[in-house]
Amino acid sequence: MTTITLPAWDALQPGDTLPPLELPAITRLTLALYCGASGDHNPIHVDTDFAKSAGMPDVFVHGMLSAAWLARLLTNWVPQSAIRSLDVRFAAITQVGERITCTGTVAEKFEHEGRRWVRLQVATANEQGTPKLTGEALVAWL
Amino acid sequence: MIDRRHIGHTLPPFEVEVEKGRLRFFAKATGQTDPVYIDEAAARAAGHPGLPVPPSFFFCLEMESPNPAAIRELLGMDYRSLLHGEQGFSYHAMAHAGDTLRFEQRIADIYDKKGGALEFVVRHTRVSNQRDELVAELRCVTVVRNG
Repeated sequence: MTTITLPAWDALQPGDTLPPLELPAITRLTLALYCGASGDHNPIHVDTDFAKSAGMPDVFVHGMLSAAWLARLLTNWVPQSAIRSLDVRFAAITQVGERITCTGTVAEKFEHEGRRWVRLQVATANEQGTPKLTGEALVAWL
Repeated sequence: MIDRRHIGHTLPPFEVEVEKGRLRFFAKATGQTDPVYIDEAAARAAGHPGLPVPPSFFFCLEMESPNPAAIRELLGMDYRSLLHGEQGFSYHAMAHAGDTLRFEQRIADIYDKKGGALEFVVRHTRVSNQRDELVAELRCVTVVRNG
């Protein structure tokens, strides 16, 4: 077991990338488990009949499951207490069967109020590279 | 069109206890294998008093509201026409299993685009703990597809 520690701020450069997080292909079980664990019981994610009645071809992935994966990308890189913000936009629907990869890139380094910060661009995409979630996160060094 | 007079409306605050079993279930559902989020001994070794609440789970705790449909009902929004457009979190302090978190929700904005074909409802939520410390602030943008 290794405890995550903050990387050296001085050594980071814009354009540096975080180790990507690659997820297995999404199954209906993935969605059922997330429905229960998250408390998001919106049937559009687990009930095909309901999804069709809403004009969708099938159930689809909870946007917030992808956000949870992006959070894992971050906490794999820094201790959670260093994460000051996470903002995501749901750009496209993630479908059952897709393999999602989460990526993060250092966009900016700056100092503010006596702290050192990094602004990250984060995203999820399918195996074709189609973006699904895009966003940014702020990480602060004490 | 959603009545703009609801901008600024605050909902009744509510409190939610963070349960460690639920955190472990969430870890399983999100593929989390870092023992800090699953094993209390590992969490303590990393300096936490208990299993930490992971970054996006505040949104899930917010759904433990006594009436999670309160805003939908107030604004007359149909489930079938809704999409989650954006979600933001600002973090001020860590939260852990055993904490009791207080959620204060407010409708911060309502606006439309494309001549009303899309409407946007922005909800801001303040999360504080049992010591009255600010833990997190959430920003949720719901998109309503009209017609």
